[in-house]
Amino acid sequence: MSRARPLPAAAAAVRRGDRRALARLITRVEARDPTVAPVLSALYPFTGKAMVVGITGPLGVGKSSLINGLLAQLRRSGKRVGVIAVDPSSPFSGGSVLGDRIRIDRATEDDGIFFRSMASRGHSGGLALATREVARLLDAFGMDVVLLETVGSGQVDVEVREVATTSVVVLVPHLGDDVQTMKAGLFEIADVFCVNKADLPGADSAKRDLSELVGLASSDGWRPTVLSSVAAEGLGIPELWSAVEAHEQYLDTSGTRLKAARERAADELLALVRDRVGRELSDAFEHDAKLAALLDEVVGRSLDPRSASERLYRELRRTG
Amino acid sequence: MAKTAKASPIRVLIAKPGLDGHDRGAKVVARALRDAGMEVIYAGLRQTPEDIVGSAIEEDVDLIGLSILSGAHMALFPRVLKLLKAHKASDIPVFAGGIIPDEDARRLKKLGIRAVFGPGTTLEEIVTTARGIARRRS
Ligand SMILES: Nc1nc2c(ncn2[C@@H]2O[C@H](COP(=O)(O)OP(=O)(O)OP(=O)(O)O)[C@@H](O)[C@H]2O)c(=O)[nH]1
Ligand SMILES: [Mg+2]
Repeated sequence: MSRARPLPAAAAAVRRGDRRALARLITRVEARDPTVAPVLSALYPFTGKAMVVGITGPLGVGKSSLINGLLAQLRRSGKRVGVIAVDPSSPFSGGSVLGDRIRIDRATEDDGIFFRSMASRGHSGGLALATREVARLLDAFGMDVVLLETVGSGQVDVEVREVATTSVVVLVPHLGDDVQTMKAGLFEIADVFCVNKADLPGADSAKRDLSELVGLASSDGWRPTVLSSVAAEGLGIPELWSAVEAHEQYLDTSGTRLKAARERAADELLALVRDRVGRELSDAFEHDAKLAALLDEVVGRSLDPRSASERLYRELRRTG
Repeated sequence: MAKTAKASPIRVLIAKPGLDGHDRGAKVVARALRDAGMEVIYAGLRQTPEDIVGSAIEEDVDLIGLSILSGAHMALFPRVLKLLKAHKASDIPVFAGGIIPDEDARRLKKLGIRAVFGPGTTLEEIVTTARGIARRRS
């Protein structure tokens, strides 16, 4: 629809390669600023080219170090790479220390890389939405690959890592105990398992155990690859990237890419509507007299929550 | 319509330019700013002025904090300010901490460093000043 019209200034700036404009748009997306909608909409036709790869795993296993290795390898082959590194916000202060940049040694002023740190900011649905949109901004900026680092535990991450088309789960010998890995839901999402810190004892047996488990669990006909690395020394990086590419190729040859994309689109639409309705409702609870009365009824035990929600839902359908 | 979104936290880049071997002080400051509700992008040691300005732009920070012990501040800080200007990013305020003689502090402030903290400064003072000079307010 908007294709014939000139691009909004911010969108044009991103297409021109203006890094500051991109950075500012990311800030607005993170803040869930509703005024970015026309910009995102104008940029949407320029997206869909970047490969989005999730790098997930428990604290300190070497995710950022692996990303550092992948960046060097991808830059050597001329690929432009965006990185989104998500770290948790403190539930107490709302602040955070985002330290993933420390692991990255990159050539000064290399324009082929755009690295952005993001705090989870406590909103589970909002973070997944923001991450998806930020990945798309990097895509529209011209990145060939987007690497998405998340800590692989907790509710927030479950949604965020679904943004990726290929998910690498990083573990280390001994730490990645089987049961814990299963509890964290990491088996369900792994397309590639990477046992990092293979310089430490126990790497071989960890790899063997994982390979056995992986034989049992395959999703969509893909049997997750299991490999090992020493990110601190750059060992295993080419193999890791080959495994990612093999999975991406599988998505194409098996026809699962389209199916997965549809699922992601459905998830995103649902989340966007939920986000909007949720925000409007919580606003209305504070300012709308009718809703306040409904709350009073529930609290006063004259109406149960299910019946109240039924009334609310009907009201929404009628007025929407 | 939806209520106006909650104000975003202040984003601040903390970096150590120069060749100092440790960053304990910078980490303490980073933690204090986090505890005050800010998002602290911690870039770590041995950052060149080019690294610092590149990171500040990518991370769209509201504030840059530089810490230095090695004595190279009169070479490195003005270079950061100059690069910010070259990238049309002079609206990002910069503060500095470390071992900086009063005379140098005065000159740095004249050049555009917004605040200079010596070794005796309390964390409260740093947090309050940081909040006061940051581009956005939380
Ligand atoms: N022995 C060993 N240490 C490693 C290896 N890779 C990374 N490390 C170290 O592990 C620590 C954590 O590395 P990061 O890359 O920051 O790990 P991370 O998973 O990104 O950490 P968070 O983002 O904090 O969860 C650092 O001290 C690294 O030097 C490795 O292959 N072997
Ligand atoms: Mg990390």
